[in-house]
Amino acid sequence: MQNSNRRFDRRDFLKGAGAAGALAMAGCATTGAPPAKIGRVIVIGGGYGGATAAKYLRMWSEGAIEVFMIEMNRSFVSCPLSNLVLGGSRKIEDLTVGYAGLREYGVQVINDEVTKVNVDKKTVELKKIQDLAYDRLVVSPGVDFMFEQVGALKDPKAHERVLHAWKAGPDTVALRQQLEAMRDGGVYVLSIPRAPYRCPPGPYERACQVAHYFKQSKPKSKVIILDANEDVVSKAGLFKAQWNGQYKGLIEYRNNSEVKDVNLATLSAVLDVGADVKADVLNVLPPMRAGNIAQQAGLITANNRWCGVDWLSMESVARPGIHVLGDSTLSAAAMPKSGHMANQHAKVAAAAIVELMNGRTPSQAPMMANTCYSFVDDRNVVHVASVHAYDPKDKTMKTVPGSGGLSAAPSELEGSYANAWAKNIWHDMLG
Amino acid sequence: MRLEHVLALALAFAAASASAQDRHQGRNLAAQCANCHGTNGQSQGGIPGLAGQSRAGMIAQMNAFKSGQRSGPAATIMHQIARGYTDEQIALMAAFFAAQKPAR
Repeated sequence: MQNSNRRFDRRDFLKGAGAAGALAMAGCATTGAPPAKIGRVIVIGGGYGGATAAKYLRMWSEGAIEVFMIEMNRSFVSCPLSNLVLGGSRKIEDLTVGYAGLREYGVQVINDEVTKVNVDKKTVELKKIQDLAYDRLVVSPGVDFMFEQVGALKDPKAHERVLHAWKAGPDTVALRQQLEAMRDGGVYVLSIPRAPYRCPPGPYERACQVAHYFKQSKPKSKVIILDANEDVVSKAGLFKAQWNGQYKGLIEYRNNSEVKDVNLATLSAVLDVGADVKADVLNVLPPMRAGNIAQQAGLITANNRWCGVDWLSMESVARPGIHVLGDSTLSAAAMPKSGHMANQHAKVAAAAIVELMNGRTPSQAPMMANTCYSFVDDRNVVHVASVHAYDPKDKTMKTVPGSGGLSAAPSELEGSYANAWAKNIWHDMLG
Repeated sequence: MRLEHVLALALAFAAASASAQDRHQGRNLAAQCANCHGTNGQSQGGIPGLAGQSRAGMIAQMNAFKSGQRSGPAATIMHQIARGYTDEQIALMAAFFAAQKPAR
């Protein structure tokens, strides 16, 4: 373990640090021969960014960094593929993975919620247990919602009726139940905020999934998309071909249609301009910003919404020693807020943190790649892909000219790859 | 490509870089592939694993994707991703995966 060039051997590692980590949680002395510790990293959030960072910090430090990951949910539930729960081809259980695999890597997974980061003291305060100190902090909280920009949604009680289901879990299941309870001939209204928001193609995939369900079970029903943007934000040609093809007459797309309020009495979306749109099921994606804890910690630096980072290390430009991952970051140009990208952020951060905690300089040439698959029905899939390289002159990530692109058309082959992607990335982040 | 050539490339790359951490550049580059091909190239199925594959074979595949020699419906995505990497980066990734022992 002392020789950093030695290939990491998981089994050797588990015998030592993994068991030691588990015992340390119970306050016991360590057994075996744990590696010399070089410090503690606390990771806030166990999603695509946080879980990946926790695992890779343990793996790449060869157990030398103590890692606490704090996650409020007992299990991980994937947002990618969760639209299929609405379409009816998946159950939420299919997208749910436990955190046991991370514990095998020696990550100390704590089921709790961080309420406050004390930047000066380098501690976090939690709901259930006493404060914890860190040497470096990784903040990967995903997004929270700006309900105050959608009038009546300011009141949390309104969220029982008007769902966003933009964080996978009980909300996803509840939205599916609303769709199941809806009469045939009803209208499902989906409102999309101005970009940037989490998962650029996600809303359009959702429209396809709901239309797929209607086509099978409620053919007189209709999907209305109210998009605050000028045009479909991602995979525009591919999605529109579906709406004019297999979903013709089922999906109505309206651009430049920003929802400013909801009328709960009539269940209508209130638009900035034009008439209200009445719904049987109203699904509003409010504008989004970096997660609450990022806001509390003073990490938000752009438009009161997003956290600026140094792309060499993912370290906050506002708070040294704190690294921000995933959807909360101020995205570089053409970089989507996706789970796949959060995983890539996490690896750049993990590599940099291991170097920094060893007193070395991080790599000056990080790269990131993105792949987003979208299901246009229960089997056929389209993708968008991109590769991003660090530009030392402008100090940001830029897409590599000539790389990336879209599917030519939906296919079942890409459907099988999308399912394999899920299996592999969940294992890559959760062990 | 022979081992000596790969090592020479890796050394040249490391020397050209500003930091000592670039000795991990192959590992870091390869980690980008893990989302689909599995951690350290150990696929969980459905997408080819890369751990323990021949270095020369992987370089040849990536070059075939880059040049468009492997294209059409079966290429789906890799021709678009392969074009994001230089020959040196591909050689580093291939060397990393070739050195991994396939677990299953």
